[in-house]
Amino acid sequence: MIAAAQAGAHALLVAPTGGGKTLAGFLPSLIELAERGPKPATGPGSGVHTLYLSPLKALTTDVERNLMIPIREIGLNIHVESRTGDTKQSKRQRQRDFPPDILLTTPEQLALFCAWDGARSYFADLQCVVLDEVHAIWSGKRGDLLNLGLGRLQTFAPAMRRVALSATVDDPDMIASWLAPGNPPHTGEGDREAVEGAGRTLPPHHATHGPLLPVGGDPVTIIRGDPGAPPVIDVLVSEGHVPWAGHTGRHAIPEVYDAIRRAGMTLIFVNTRWQAEFVFQQLWAINDDDLPIALHHGSLAAEQRRKVEAAMARGDLRAVVCTSTLDLGIDWGDVDLVIQLAAPKGASRLVQRIGRANHRLDEPSRALMVPASRFEMLECQAAREAVAENAFDWEPVHTGTLDTLAQHVMGCACSEPFAMDDLYAEVSACGPYRGLTYEQFEEVVDLVATGGYALRTYERFARIVRTRDGKWKVRDARTAQRHRMNVGAIVTAATLNVRVASRRGQRLIGGRKVGEAEESYFEPMVPGDTFIFAGQVWAFQAIAGMDALVTHAQDKDPKIPSWGGSKFPMSTSLADRVRAMIEDRDHWRVLPPDVQEWLELQEEKSAIPDAETLLVETFPRGSRHFLVAYPFAGGLAHGTLCMLLTRRLDRLGVGPLGFVVTDYSLAIWSIKPMDGLDLDALFEPDMLGDDLESWLEESFMMKRTFRNCALISGLIEKRQPGNEKTGRQVTFSTDLIYDVLRRHQPDHLLLKTARADAAAGLLDVARLGQLLQRIQGHIRHMHLERPSPFCVPVLVQIGRERVGGGQAAEMILDASAYGFDEADLIAEVMGEPSAEAAQ
Amino acid sequence: MNAALRQALSPARCPSGGLRVSIEGEPCVLRCSGALWVLNHRTLIAADLHLEKGSAFAARGQMLPPYDSRATLDRLEAEIEALRPATVILLGDSFHDSKSVARMAPDDAARLHRLAAGRDWIWLEGNHDIAALADSVDALPGEVVETLSLGALRLIHEPQPGERPGEIAGHLHPAARVAAHGRGVRRPAFVTDGRRAVLPAFGAFTGGLDVRDPAIAGLFAEPPLAAALGRDKVHALAWERLG
Repeated sequence: MIAAAQAGAHALLVAPTGGGKTLAGFLPSLIELAERGPKPATGPGSGVHTLYLSPLKALTTDVERNLMIPIREIGLNIHVESRTGDTKQSKRQRQRDFPPDILLTTPEQLALFCAWDGARSYFADLQCVVLDEVHAIWSGKRGDLLNLGLGRLQTFAPAMRRVALSATVDDPDMIASWLAPGNPPHTGEGDREAVEGAGRTLPPHHATHGPLLPVGGDPVTIIRGDPGAPPVIDVLVSEGHVPWAGHTGRHAIPEVYDAIRRAGMTLIFVNTRWQAEFVFQQLWAINDDDLPIALHHGSLAAEQRRKVEAAMARGDLRAVVCTSTLDLGIDWGDVDLVIQLAAPKGASRLVQRIGRANHRLDEPSRALMVPASRFEMLECQAAREAVAENAFDWEPVHTGTLDTLAQHVMGCACSEPFAMDDLYAEVSACGPYRGLTYEQFEEVVDLVATGGYALRTYERFARIVRTRDGKWKVRDARTAQRHRMNVGAIVTAATLNVRVASRRGQRLIGGRKVGEAEESYFEPMVPGDTFIFAGQVWAFQAIAGMDALVTHAQDKDPKIPSWGGSKFPMSTSLADRVRAMIEDRDHWRVLPPDVQEWLELQEEKSAIPDAETLLVETFPRGSRHFLVAYPFAGGLAHGTLCMLLTRRLDRLGVGPLGFVVTDYSLAIWSIKPMDGLDLDALFEPDMLGDDLESWLEESFMMKRTFRNCALISGLIEKRQPGNEKTGRQVTFSTDLIYDVLRRHQPDHLLLKTARADAAAGLLDVARLGQLLQRIQGHIRHMHLERPSPFCVPVLVQIGRERVGGGQAAEMILDASAYGFDEADLIAEVMGEPSAEAAQ
Repeated sequence: MNAALRQALSPARCPSGGLRVSIEGEPCVLRCSGALWVLNHRTLIAADLHLEKGSAFAARGQMLPPYDSRATLDRLEAEIEALRPATVILLGDSFHDSKSVARMAPDDAARLHRLAAGRDWIWLEGNHDIAALADSVDALPGEVVETLSLGALRLIHEPQPGERPGEIAGHLHPAARVAAHGRGVRRPAFVTDGRRAVLPAFGAFTGGLDVRDPAIAGLFAEPPLAAALGRDKVHALAWERLG
């Protein structure tokens, strides 16, 4: 590390959680600053020496504390300060006038620095920038904005060293390439050196590895930390049984409780907030010893979360049920057991979570996985084997997004006038933007200036204008101020405050705030529906402005269940392992007896597919006909596939009525049988062409994605001086904008950006494409009399999920209408698809 | 629908997908577009066009697409083609702000004149556009009035409290929301009890106010009908199903 620093080289330090990475990242800076002597008050050397950037606000204060210990103990004259969105205005001003030696902050603050006037001189002395937890941020929009900010800093301070700290990942070269500044072709992989004691080999590359990131830039030294003792992972098989179906792990709660009782401090990870609520309630229902068990997820009020974190740090708690909010590396206390109470979804995530237990390298971390169903049992076993083999999940290639670039360009114009050629050179030297063409860049600048419309009527309102020497600068101080209020690439879903309601006359008045929840959660609710939130059962009453009004409910069993699906789809590499395990009968022996019997029964009643084959089963049930397939490609890709298959089935005249997906399988049901269909034609990859396009255009997911792009690019401002637009209003008006823009300028830059985002994120189109290619000519069709053992989990879900698509909205309106319209009623009775498909 | 409301409205489905109702005895069609068609007077009424809302935002630095006036006029033109009205009445807030007429693209302005040719064209004043109408009366086709009577109907931009038989108003941008099968749907809607009506906003960039808001629901003594705009038909929604 120190050697790399003295050579002025950029570095990527890859080490597991708890390896002391963060301090290692600062060490060269501390040495340089200690040797420097007193800091000049003005002029060269008076600016910030080292900038530390963390994706979590809380981490900056944590690191500040940890950094101050050695500085104080050695008696170094080094000035350290942190700065986040919560920092007081007076302190911010002081930091501007008297820069600290080391400034600890977040990527959003860096974006704000880039939009300051005077940013260039403020950072002229910068020697080093340290990026913490880079694995958690590099491949998204926040990563794009961060990287563009680094490019800016590198222009201000050309000698600046970049140091990134990452948890163990499958392919550090991808992050190294992201980190490296500069455009010239990359000549080697960077000099590798091993830290003493690191005897670890590279994880093997998978045959299914995606295309490589366009590499380039200056060399980055990759340093691998000590991997520490391998973790001890057990799988909990409750009383020797694994349930057929389910996703909550409810059956195993008593044993989870026992495990908590035996351990000192346990973290229980689940995959969704609603599952966290459910498990928390189940544990308290049997908490006869009154163990202090707490709840932590992103919807709870911030102060409540801080309370839980503080209690953890003091060692006052025995267990915390949490979501990914506790994935990242803050040291909250001595955790000695991690329970993964849901399928792990990916080996990397599992390792990260297990790393939360026991921050001592010489002792193994302990973890317990609890499968909620038999497929999850396979997934848990696969994840356990992957961790034992150090096989991590690979991430898909990420290309820099243009809405994020638009925000950065506006920021640059707010800071100082820029010349097109200079800024293009700077941006295209940033990792994610190496492939950016000059024409794309021009298009982005046009978007920033006047919205990028073919109808050029907004020139006189332009937000950035040309100076006499041809440079671009912000129109006026007010426009710059508004941009600075809207900086950042985190667009949170529109949320509502959940408030306890009291009745005043006819009206409901919102009282105490219980927390925040995404607006979409309340979308399907009608007044009186009960649900669990913040560990209690509530009755939904009404939405008033930005508040969801609720009252205490007496029910023990809420009507709205915890969400079935997982937020994260199963990783591709884990899915590959599960498919291989199903094919390999010798491998079955590591599984519990009832899971083995289930697999044998499947072989007897239907078939066991080999790893390259897609098993498709068809069978009648009740008055309907079912088609169930097992692609193991994750819920997102399956959902997209179902949307497209039902379109085809509709055209084939079989009358599809609905579908449901899990991470492992999908089921479609219809009026007419599907046994006689040409399945190879049905699963033909060309569905990713026009069918995808036309469905996507109508999809509510596209509208949601477009909203994010419009907010990030600055086309819509969320905050305006003295008038914060509520999330609700923003959602509504971007839908209108989307509709008008789609009709009048379908090739608008933001529509293209939103389409690309939706394809990559919400729809997992790339993964679906790989799947469809793989199974061409490899479909095994089983025509059955009755449901097979494999299809039970997906059938159990039927009736809980909805059909999406444009038609569904009309059906809901129809279903809510008065029955005076005979034609509608007859259509319903005659069983037109529209009548039933909304189930 | 209760018997009294059914009798007052005497609703029937038109082939166009619109809903034929009776307001204070005057036969009208609630059109899918959000406009009201008064049969016996061959009069088309549309509220809250908010033309040039996009450019109003652009002038303040938010570059909303400049296509909203065009989109709104496309829809108005389609209604005029379909119905060939003798009179078109715009029920106020036809323009988003006082400078809207001046900001209008020349071809959009020309289209307004073309649509108005050969028929009576009446602008009612609204709170958003009273200044625009006063300043630009010469640049616009037709005439400007504050309120208007049409048979049994009383046309005004902003609905007035109390009992107002025959009142046809806009201003409130009513929208209805229903939820079923795990998702909710929200659409602009007419609200009427057969005695008075509030029209949905016709403009492309107009938001909505929930019909159950006291500002709307309070205008009616008994639960009225919310008629939501579907893709190709108007859905008469049960008040108790709204949420």
